[in-house]
Amino acid sequence: MIFLTRKAEFSSAHYYWNDAWSPEKNQQVFGKCANRNGHGHNYTLEVTVAGEIDPVTGFVVDLKELKDILESEGRQRLRPPSPQPRSPRVQGRHPHHRKHRHRHLAPPRQQIPNAKLHRVRVYEMPDLFADYYGEP
Amino acid sequence: MKAYLNRRYHFSASHRLQTDAYDAAKNRALFGKCNNPHGHGHNYTVQITVSGQVDPATGMVCNLADLDAFAQENLLSRFDHTNLNTLDAFANRVSTTENLSIEVYRIFQSFPAAHLERVHIEETSNNSFDYAGLVQPAPGTI
Repeated sequence: MIFLTRKAEFSSAHYYWNDAWSPEKNQQVFGKCANRNGHGHNYTLEVTVAGEIDPVTGFVVDLKELKDILESEGRQRLRPPSPQPRSPRVQGRHPHHRKHRHRHLAPPRQQIPNAKLHRVRVYEMPDLFADYYGEP
Repeated sequence: MKAYLNRRYHFSASHRLQTDAYDAAKNRALFGKCNNPHGHGHNYTVQITVSGQVDPATGMVCNLADLDAFAQENLLSRFDHTNLNTLDAFANRVSTTENLSIEVYRIFQSFPAAHLERVHIEETSNNSFDYAGLVQPAPGTI
């Protein structure tokens, strides 16, 4: 089994905030990450898929297809929001929902032919990253 | 005490993705610009992970000089500044980095001084491949 990793980069803003807590507690727990005007990162997303090599093509998956999935499912969904909601789809969303987006980065498994999603890694900065392997 | 040793090697090579199983049009459709007749090249990075008991006398899993000499003789001298398609390993296989990973794994399986765990190959800064043989790698290692 071969593990294939494709990388993509995006820039996004967020802040940490728990509505169940007082502003003081949010500041105490999250520190400067709770600053209400937010802050930004250059994120790097790595998606690793696993599969067997096609004996004719030598591919596990077509890297271009994987790249296109990352573009459509990852980066475009995480592009910076416009200052004013432009459509009913984005109206009513509070910006702090974005703090949970790490969990939603995984491309839908059924979209990757001949391979299964193995791992998602998100770098918030070069020295800080998180891995998610899904639930067993 | 078991430990894991990782060592990175670099080589540059050209290749062309092409299979005799398909005609020219289908090769072009499947492989795109990777099928250009005169090929293209990459700066490959190969990361080898070997494991073993730490020798209480030397503090080593294995002598890095031995691993480097093995890599020089069996990997770098054979692959650096070559056209991968001309090598025996790719006479009947497309020179994708998937197949390159398996070939590099096969080579380092013969390294006598430590146990090969896996190979990791970076084809570009955006693409990488891992192969740990036929066994399922331990959770979290890839």
